[in-house]
Amino acid sequence: MESAEQAQKNEAYLLALRDLLYQLADDELTLGHRDSEWLGLSPDIEGDVAFSSVAQDEVGHAVFYFELLHELGEKDPDRLAFARDLSERKNAVLLERENGDWAYSIARHFMYDVWDDLRLEALTESSYVPLAKGAIKIRREEYYHLLHMHSYFVRLGQAGKEAKKRLELAVKAIWKDIGGIFGFGVYEQKLVEFNIITKPAEELKQRWVKRMQQAFAEAQLTWPDSWEPVQYDGRRGEHSPELEQLLQTMSEVYRIDPTARW
Amino acid sequence: MTEQERLELFMERIRRGEKIEATDWMPDEYRQLLIKLIHMHAVSEIMGAYPEKEWVPKAPSLRRKLAIMAKVQDEMGHGQLLLRVVEDLAKPLGKNREDLIEDIYHHRVKFHNVFHMEARTWADAGVIGWLVDGAAIINQASLLSTSYGPYARVLKRICAEESFHMQHGENIILALAMGTPEQKRMLQESLDYWWESLLFFFGPPEVTPAAERMLYYRIRTLTNEELRQKFLDKYVPRILSIGLTIPDPQLHYDKELKRWIYTMPDWEKFGEIVKKNNGPKSRERIELRRQAHEGGRWVREAMLTKTAV
Repeated sequence: MESAEQAQKNEAYLLALRDLLYQLADDELTLGHRDSEWLGLSPDIEGDVAFSSVAQDEVGHAVFYFELLHELGEKDPDRLAFARDLSERKNAVLLERENGDWAYSIARHFMYDVWDDLRLEALTESSYVPLAKGAIKIRREEYYHLLHMHSYFVRLGQAGKEAKKRLELAVKAIWKDIGGIFGFGVYEQKLVEFNIITKPAEELKQRWVKRMQQAFAEAQLTWPDSWEPVQYDGRRGEHSPELEQLLQTMSEVYRIDPTARW
Repeated sequence: MTEQERLELFMERIRRGEKIEATDWMPDEYRQLLIKLIHMHAVSEIMGAYPEKEWVPKAPSLRRKLAIMAKVQDEMGHGQLLLRVVEDLAKPLGKNREDLIEDIYHHRVKFHNVFHMEARTWADAGVIGWLVDGAAIINQASLLSTSYGPYARVLKRICAEESFHMQHGENIILALAMGTPEQKRMLQESLDYWWESLLFFFGPPEVTPAAERMLYYRIRTLTNEELRQKFLDKYVPRILSIGLTIPDPQLHYDKELKRWIYTMPDWEKFGEIVKKNNGPKSRERIELRRQAHEGGRWVREAMLTKTAV
């Protein structure tokens, strides 16, 4: 599929592609929004500047995915970002959780970034060419986020004492939601069949586990011995009150007059 | 060489328009004045992030969201650059970054009056970018010729970035000015709220003893009133051209005196705000900075821990 026009001719293909694009866009927008909440609150001024760059990259990626959706006949990117209901949001619940402390924010970001890297890699040869091209470009930026988050994660763990304790608590909290990042939603089988994404979710999850176990070992953390069932499946539009609050805040000005130019 | 001879040589360099560098000999008074000025500047950039921070999560479009994030990031970045300049100056006095930040919540350093004020609406976020940053550029551009080299170099970059901020603010303002009646009302209310603070921003018209010494050392080259007049020259026509009313019936340009006549801001009220940190948002924002710094101590310590890596 070279273009939106071609994709639109195949109903089943279009349905699956759109659903995946919403997952990608909502993941990045939600996390970018959360990242931006660290503004002015990071442990040092340098860290503040760095986190803001990450936040801007994430929101920038969301814009890219929303634009692809718009080309496929969906509403304009701002409407998609600001005016969709909670039940239409497809981000993983982990990413909508409040920031918590620095350890939680770093550990969550790192775990998601590793997943995102694997997912992007599986998109670089997507049958939907506009997506494949974007994935290559986005992956180049995400590489730096990974370096940044990995180094924080490992060093916080290795520092021991309070930092390690906080990191352990963060992992525990993240583990309640982590299951929700793996998987591509209701159209998973179709997405792989159509080669929109070139690897099944389960295979990516195994690779994620391998990479993450290595990072846990570096950080001198114990790998959790079991998975937990998730409370909400974000990929199916189930979300926590934390996302509801986030969306209220994000759209506060937009809702004053959604038809106005701001 | 006697102290007096050293001082003569130093002043000779200043008068020749040479730049003084961090490693050069300098009189204590010069060092103290620089620390006071640049520390306040750095802290103003950092504290200036808070009023806008409140609107970062609420920016009403994806484009605005990206722009305001980048804008406030720049302010923090300026704070960082300026702190590095102060760190070098304050090192011989045994002060480091930690001390310079702690000074904020121990009320040992002031920051600009505008950052003690509320940012109540999205229009305020626009006015901050347009007029507060606009005022700051006028101030900072005049400091580009400062006698202290490291400050001059950092200011060069800051001024370049600030001019983007001004355009960012102007863009928000223009959208509101050309928008719905509600948007226009929001904008006018915002200007009404900020006007007096903007006039105060440049400081009292009389040249204080400290300002006089700064002029003597060519740390700064223009007086408060000269800067305020420049601001009015540039912005009064722009504000009027988009259909806004400036909330000062006295305001006019006196052709004979060749200067703007305006109603004086309440010097005492704003002076108290800055000196005592008792503006509408002073305490809350200083508390955020304290929490960020104290609450992040364990992270800074962990990152300095020697590890096996």
